[in-house]
Amino acid sequence: MTENTQLEIGYSARIARWGLMAITAAFVLLPFWITVLGGFKTQGELRANPLGLPEVWQTSAYWDILISPNTWRMLGNSVLITGFTVALVLILASMLAFTFSHIKFAGRHYLYSYVILGMMFPGATAILPLFIKIRDLGLLDTYAGVILPQVAFGLAMSVLLFRTFFEQLPKDLFEAALVDGCGYGRFFWRIVIPLSQPILATVGVFVLVQSWNNYIFPLIMLNDSSVYPWPLGLMEFRGQYGAEWNRILAYITITILPAVVFFLFAQKYIVAGLTGGAVKG
Amino acid sequence: MSTQTLPSQASSWRQRLNSWFYRNNSGGRLTTLLLFLPPALTVFTLFVILPISESGVYSFFRWNGFTELSEGGRWVGLRNFAQMLQHDVFHVAVWNTLKIVLISLAIQLPLAMAVALAVASKSRVNNLFRLIFFLPFILADVVAGLIWRFIYDGGTGLVAAVTSAFNMEAFYPLADSDWAFNAILVVVIWKYFGYHMMIYIAGLQGISDDMIEAAKLDGASPWKIIIKVKLPLIWPAIRLSIFFSVIGALQFFEMAMPLVQSGGPGGSAHTIVTYLYEFGIVRTRVGFGSAVAVVLFLACAVFAFSYQRFVMRQRD
Repeated sequence: MTENTQLEIGYSARIARWGLMAITAAFVLLPFWITVLGGFKTQGELRANPLGLPEVWQTSAYWDILISPNTWRMLGNSVLITGFTVALVLILASMLAFTFSHIKFAGRHYLYSYVILGMMFPGATAILPLFIKIRDLGLLDTYAGVILPQVAFGLAMSVLLFRTFFEQLPKDLFEAALVDGCGYGRFFWRIVIPLSQPILATVGVFVLVQSWNNYIFPLIMLNDSSVYPWPLGLMEFRGQYGAEWNRILAYITITILPAVVFFLFAQKYIVAGLTGGAVKG
Repeated sequence: MSTQTLPSQASSWRQRLNSWFYRNNSGGRLTTLLLFLPPALTVFTLFVILPISESGVYSFFRWNGFTELSEGGRWVGLRNFAQMLQHDVFHVAVWNTLKIVLISLAIQLPLAMAVALAVASKSRVNNLFRLIFFLPFILADVVAGLIWRFIYDGGTGLVAAVTSAFNMEAFYPLADSDWAFNAILVVVIWKYFGYHMMIYIAGLQGISDDMIEAAKLDGASPWKIIIKVKLPLIWPAIRLSIFFSVIGALQFFEMAMPLVQSGGPGGSAHTIVTYLYEFGIVRTRVGFGSAVAVVLFLACAVFAFSYQRFVMRQRD
């Protein structure tokens, strides 16, 4: 009798579990489905049948975007901005984190708290003075005008992640290196950095996704569409084509494709990086 | 005699400095500090700390930012703050920001937890579902907003298909002041629940199997195991995800941009940051915008410090 009811509970629980997973997956995937297919439909078909497969697969919306030099310039701008941001954050944050983890100096705890403070405040709290500062430096409409704020706002979290990792490196390694006459600088470049590939990847991915998707800094700092990264290009395209949703959906599909492919290949680091590795700590 | 002591004193200073430097610079300690600290600290101070502090200064001025503050700015004391606090659109913005937090606590995080419990154990199918649920999170906020802008389009989108299937009149949720922000909340859940799910999964995978086995041997039902064993054990993950969802609500902005223009119908869909953008940046009122930024800063600071103090530090 008891075994029977237990089985029944197990059975209904299993149905509930699959039901939950299926419904949630449908909720998540439906917008993707509509978007990707939408680009293959005509405007009229999109209106009559947003959900189903297209009757005729129209590729013109996709082709128009793929052969437009604007698309590639914009993606190029994004690659440049993101590339520099990631490189700078990795170098600056790892160096700073190393001084916190391996060099004892007066006031280092205060300095560390000072940097970590940056994690709590969204870029929006600083956006107006930042705009004025970038303008006064003559960096509006330049890549640097977007890269520098992105680097600055990426530092805090990265320093936290790097420091946690560096502190877990075996202490003997460091002492042995010092005894052998290997200084702090060489120890960092020759031993710490090569041992830190997992954390470099994690932080790199975290900064990469933030920078690639960032909209607010380019929105404020860039006015000249020749330096627009893709999120601004997307919004400009949307403004240009208004209600031609098939084009816009095609454009969205093309711009999210790199992110999705990258995600499938680097899942492990993306999940670690985007959850801030915070779960472990 | 006295003429001789001066140079020797000077040289003894130099010697002391030298010997201090050598003592402390073993292994290049000081050199490394001098090379490693300044670059990051300069960038951080210049583009994070300084601008945030300058917001504090600007918030007391009426200023459009096109001239020097000393020439074009006019000291108005607390008037920017008074104006903001009396502005009913600001009240809406604060309430909407709170709504994001409430919806996160009431729907998003429980959904994330339910899904996490469903797919936490390692298997290929579970891994596939995890990927699916996490997928929206890797999209840019503007993309998520734009996709849903189409879905909510009463003329061509999914909403249009539903209303025409039931022969109802066209409905534009984003143009309806009662619905606009609720529609945005759906997008928030869609995009972010997978992120919280990942945090919970990492927590759940940290629970040792022995613990679960022991509970089973004691005759605990699966439901009881979840309530009495799993949830208390992953409380650190839960409080972390609550922290992230509150901070996320406070800085909510980019997703709203493609969904609604200038705060939606009658400003009914404003949040704190879209309010700052609309009334500070678009209208080039640097002083007023900075006052909003100061309030946002205080909200973040008060929340982060008290959460750290009262929730994160408590013993588990």
